[in-house]
Amino acid sequence: MLRVENLKKYFPVQKSALEVLLSRRRDFIRAVDGVSFEMKRGEVLSLVGESGCGKTTTGRIIVGLERPTGGKIYFKDREISSLSEEEQRKMKKYIQMVFQDPYASLNPRMKVGEHLVESLTIHGIAGNEEAKEIAMSMLDRVGLPGEQFYNRMPYQLSGGQRQRVAIARAMILKPEFVVADEPVSMIDVSLRAAILDLLMSFKEEYNLSMLFITHDLSVARIVGDRIAVMYLGKIMEMGKTREVIHNPKHPYTAALLSSVPSFLKKERRVEIIGDIANPIDIPSGCRYHPRCPFAREKCKKEEPELVCEEHSFACHFPLEGGF
Amino acid sequence: MAEVRNLATTIFSFLPEAEGRYMVISGIAIITIVALMAVFSPFIAPYDPIKSGKDVLQPPSPEHIMGTDNLGRDIFSRIVFGSRVVLSVVLSASLVSTVIGVPIGLISGYFGGRLDRVLSMLMDSMYAFPGLILAIAIAAVLGPSVFNAVVAISVVYVPTYFRMIRGQTLSIKSQLFVEAAKATGASDWRIMRKYIFPNLIPTLVVVFSLSVADAILTEAGLSFLGFIVSAPTPDWGFELASGRPYLPAGYWWMITFPGLMVMLLSLGFALVGEGLSEIYAIGRER
Repeated sequence: MLRVENLKKYFPVQKSALEVLLSRRRDFIRAVDGVSFEMKRGEVLSLVGESGCGKTTTGRIIVGLERPTGGKIYFKDREISSLSEEEQRKMKKYIQMVFQDPYASLNPRMKVGEHLVESLTIHGIAGNEEAKEIAMSMLDRVGLPGEQFYNRMPYQLSGGQRQRVAIARAMILKPEFVVADEPVSMIDVSLRAAILDLLMSFKEEYNLSMLFITHDLSVARIVGDRIAVMYLGKIMEMGKTREVIHNPKHPYTAALLSSVPSFLKKERRVEIIGDIANPIDIPSGCRYHPRCPFAREKCKKEEPELVCEEHSFACHFPLEGGF
Repeated sequence: MAEVRNLATTIFSFLPEAEGRYMVISGIAIITIVALMAVFSPFIAPYDPIKSGKDVLQPPSPEHIMGTDNLGRDIFSRIVFGSRVVLSVVLSASLVSTVIGVPIGLISGYFGGRLDRVLSMLMDSMYAFPGLILAIAIAAVLGPSVFNAVVAISVVYVPTYFRMIRGQTLSIKSQLFVEAAKATGASDWRIMRKYIFPNLIPTLVVVFSLSVADAILTEAGLSFLGFIVSAPTPDWGFELASGRPYLPAGYWWMITFPGLMVMLLSLGFALVGEGLSEIYAIGRER
């Protein structure tokens, strides 16, 4: 369905004119630094990591909002990252995105219903009248009765209602792949479950694949068939949700799990040292070693590869035993 | 009195209860008065504005509330008819500047890059000239006429619209809903038309009223120098010029009333612009 190979995205660092004159070296923020994974139809992969680890950038590249610096993305065996603008625009019929911030993702001067009609008319799926009807029933479907909500303006809606509109806008195209970028992190806790249920019901209905980006492991545990843990632009560990959560191999995964109070028993908790490293100046060897309590000499020199198996991890000294 | 208050509240209910509301209301009142003067000139003006009379240089009196000029014409009547020239020149010039400046600013801000740099430099170099001097230069090259004055004034204000719209476009295009439209698959043209332009309208209304306020002064300047109308046609700036020689002799009314009208109308548009910008600034925080 979707295969990502060695995806890279480097952002050049803004420098003043004087700095450019003084040094020839150009610095880059290595937001995504060699990410590979594969997803099957109907599968949900949770991409987990701290803020700044490149998980959102990965999602943005896949939907075509960002051009990768390197690597390839295959959607149904077709390379899509190097398509022309126009062809990429057409691909968006199949690949949609739900954004994190429902307060900013709707046009403040466009009616709720028009957001859905837009999706349909852009891709030439329906004429105006028909599109309006489809939009009405879609609004009903996401729990906002069309009769009441079609003509409302976004500012009249709550955060949860707006996110429903944003989901409807993406799902009305019946996409095959959806990137959900922290779709519930800005939603009131009491409404999160309902929004997640809504997303998952579409996943079932259309049998779509979803890249679910989140920093919250407790959410990832519920939604994902698989989990990929990202750190400083690379995937550290990836596997079945149950496996990763109950039997983490990578100290970083264990540390993340330890930060959720109920996941690990006290004696199994792993600490994390200091702050996330600077993505301009990525540490040598294993990029996690400065923060890893188990780091040894080898970790500083050799970068561990992600072993591609059912449960893969990039660590020289994986943790033993289940949790 | 209470009924008048209620009526006013109903009419202006579209304005939020915010500071600046009364600025907008008083501005609209001034503009409405002048607009009514322009539309119904023949019914309002008590005398023929062009025909000379024998009572020359009469001070304000019940018959001639603003006095008469050196040819015995009623100044109030000339002011009433003069509002037609002022409003038509200023408004059509401002519309032309809007129609040119807004799309260029939008395209320049949206696409950025080399096109944006060239356009910005061009517009900045025009902006560097004092408005009136530029208008005089253009009007002088084209020759005096109402049409040429419209051209001259509209050229002067294109950079104002360009700069404001470009800046606003830059800030809107970085907002998430534009990203979301891109992710839906909207084309650049569609994003500009349905996502950016509607969000520019508040800015546009403010810039329009403020630059009309400025254009009224420029128009008066051009008219004063004789670049717009010639002899018998009444126009406020032109009245100033014809009254000027009589001021030292003590005939103050020939120059005072047209001058006050220019100031008042400009103030009207400035009040609307400033008031609205205040209201929208509050709206943005919401």
